[in-house]
Amino acid sequence: MLRNILNRLRPSFEKGARFGFLHSTFEAFESFAFVPNTTTRSGVHVRDCNDLKRVMTVVIVALMPALFFGCWNIGYQHAHTFGLEMTFWSMWIYGFLRVLPIIIVSYVVGLGIEFTAAQLRGHEVNEGFLVTGMLIPLIMPVDVPLWMVGLATAFAVIIGKEIFGGTGMNIFNPALLARAFIFFSYPSHISGDRVWVAGLQSPSGVEVTTGATPLAEAAAGHIDRLPSMADLFFGFIPGSIGETSTLAVLIGAVILLYTGVASWKIMFSCVAGLLATGFLMNWLAVNPYMSLPPYYHLCMGGFAFGAVFMATDPVTAAQTEIGKWLYGFLIGVLTMLIRVFNEGYPEGMMLAILLMNAFAPLIDHYVVASHIRRRLKRIPANV
Amino acid sequence: MSNVIRIRKGLTLSLKGKAEKVLSKLPAAMAYALKPGDFPHLTPHLLVGEGDEVLAGTPLFNDKRLPEIRYVSPVSGVVSAIVRGEKRRLLAVVVKPSATQEYVQHNVADVSALSREQVISLLLAGGAWPFIRQRPYGTVANPSDAPKAIFISGFDSAPLAPDTDFTLMGEAATFQKGIEVLRKLSDKLYLGLSDEIAATSIFHKIKDVEKIVFKGPHPAGNTGVQIHHISPINKGEKVWTIDPQHVIAIGRLALRGVYDVSKVIALAGSEVKHPRYFRIIAGVAVSTVSDYVNTSGRCRYISGSVLTGANVGADGYLGFYDNAITVVPEGDKYEFLGWANPLRQHRYSASRSYLSWMFPYKEYTLDTNINGGERAFVLTGVYEKVLPMDILPVYLLKAILAGDIDRMEQLGIYEVVEEDLALCEFVCPSKIPVQDILRKGIDLMINNG
Repeated sequence: MLRNILNRLRPSFEKGARFGFLHSTFEAFESFAFVPNTTTRSGVHVRDCNDLKRVMTVVIVALMPALFFGCWNIGYQHAHTFGLEMTFWSMWIYGFLRVLPIIIVSYVVGLGIEFTAAQLRGHEVNEGFLVTGMLIPLIMPVDVPLWMVGLATAFAVIIGKEIFGGTGMNIFNPALLARAFIFFSYPSHISGDRVWVAGLQSPSGVEVTTGATPLAEAAAGHIDRLPSMADLFFGFIPGSIGETSTLAVLIGAVILLYTGVASWKIMFSCVAGLLATGFLMNWLAVNPYMSLPPYYHLCMGGFAFGAVFMATDPVTAAQTEIGKWLYGFLIGVLTMLIRVFNEGYPEGMMLAILLMNAFAPLIDHYVVASHIRRRLKRIPANV
Repeated sequence: MSNVIRIRKGLTLSLKGKAEKVLSKLPAAMAYALKPGDFPHLTPHLLVGEGDEVLAGTPLFNDKRLPEIRYVSPVSGVVSAIVRGEKRRLLAVVVKPSATQEYVQHNVADVSALSREQVISLLLAGGAWPFIRQRPYGTVANPSDAPKAIFISGFDSAPLAPDTDFTLMGEAATFQKGIEVLRKLSDKLYLGLSDEIAATSIFHKIKDVEKIVFKGPHPAGNTGVQIHHISPINKGEKVWTIDPQHVIAIGRLALRGVYDVSKVIALAGSEVKHPRYFRIIAGVAVSTVSDYVNTSGRCRYISGSVLTGANVGADGYLGFYDNAITVVPEGDKYEFLGWANPLRQHRYSASRSYLSWMFPYKEYTLDTNINGGERAFVLTGVYEKVLPMDILPVYLLKAILAGDIDRMEQLGIYEVVEEDLALCEFVCPSKIPVQDILRKGIDLMINNG
């Protein structure tokens, strides 16, 4: 039935017809509902049924555990901080109602811009934002103002992606750009110890101890105030919406690795880089933070989330197989360095990934150059 | 058979409609055609007109650049049509066959006594030269070149491809003769064999050629992949390749002095009622096999394999280098929320985004739907999994898109032709037309010397 409606509508959205200027929009909705009837014209006659929509769907599915846990944790942190009695589901629903508006704003703003950009170019609408639109809410603090999310999303999509030509052409991870935008423009809304627990910002008269993230505690030297390793791993800690539970992120990682959507090389080398630097710091430790066992860092802050969902973004990561090892390893190293040695930024993951995004093309350049050199070396060997 | 080269990357597609090893008779074909489009970079110069009587072996056109290379009629009969396309480009010369086959008779000489030049002129005069293709670029070889080696792939690993051991049955003597002729052209002669070679294969008896065994998934049977692993092509080098069926045709020319391009081909694909083998003559009209094809839905007739063949249509003709006709359903249908369906069990994906990897032995019916829309390169590392060559496919393609000739050379464009990257195109989630892009790059390389 829907097919018949679309078939009837289609002519008025063809080029030159009345709504021809909305062709991309129509195409996007149509191809969302139906896999198009396009057949192969040249080259291979049959094609794998995997497409970018499917790939993006897999990533969204992989994000679901983090989102689900994040919703609950918001309720839990709120109840914990304010000493409220709440059931599991009431905590979850409390959190969900706080997260939902952020998700809606992120998708409406981002997709609105994507559709407009595709329309202006006369292209098909790309699927990339389906994932970005979900990543942005998950790396926001729960109390972030909605207008800020909208503004950051617009910045990320326009400056981060569309001016480069859209999905596949961008240099920086758009979701991280959105976070970085808020981080540098409105730092008080995304750092400190008042933004991570819902309700802490509004003057409620309740005297609370602290809503600081473990990373902030560690950076401030309060190693003794760190939550237990179990709390860190399961995620019963304040933090960005989707990043707190290492377990939920790991479930997502399993999905991504199993389906082969994300590169295991990047994930593995991120962790290796972090641990290697961590052990080196332990060895050279001159303060309590440096002697913190490095596995704490795996579970604190956004490292796990970043390593699994951000660093592995195929467009902004290194694209050569050898390059991926180096790219991931350096993200791990930089994260540790920023976390431990830069007192201004307790969380190093975001900046480490963005920095390595900038260097990924350079890494690839050298990998390709060495590939070409190897090819040239073959010549005397065969004479 | 001591050398075994293991190919680890690649993908063997399991499709429905594999040809059963039965050789059946076909009704007499209505027409045969020779198509200049089968020879990349050929500028044809027509030598016959409509209504001319020809014999098997009579030149129909030659190459304007290398006029000594003649492209000859596969059968005797009357030129019934000269098919032209846009800008009067020559598409096909169609010959209506006579009741009995008559051949242009060439001198039969003792090959061992011939010089290299005499062998070349025999092949040129006999119309057999276009059998020999060169790498780089997959064009018909230039007779004045001295190739580093000649490569023959003794098996075809493409989906639904004919079983070479079966199609060459009983041709050991002619094949050996063909090898003897080819040895005059180059003293390095390689024959790539599958590790699953049949005990009855004629290749066990063949001598005077270096046999190399390949083990692994498609594209292990591609000559390009075999060359890459045996003796990769570097800048400035040339190698020649030839199909086993054409080695036999050369053998016949040397033994009997005639241009006889009859061969056994497979009729395969999910839309074929009884997929099997037939003996035909090269260039046969596809309509000859129409009785064997399901007529219930719309079908695509492919000359060659589903990965690299040409869509010739039900009224088309078998391509010069093709040994199979594959018929698959057209996929011009919409599929409601197909990409979101968690199972989609009737479709195949090499990725694990779907569940088809759990059923490695299931035979799939794939239609021609593109299954998505064309996008920019997004995922990385996908092509590398199906390309068993030391080549960076995405960088090569990007260099071609940028028209950067130096970079194309550095990244090894002279090692690949379209078929080598066909699997990359198949698995591409961005639906990028890889083979088209590569052909454009190759054209650019040829046109710039």
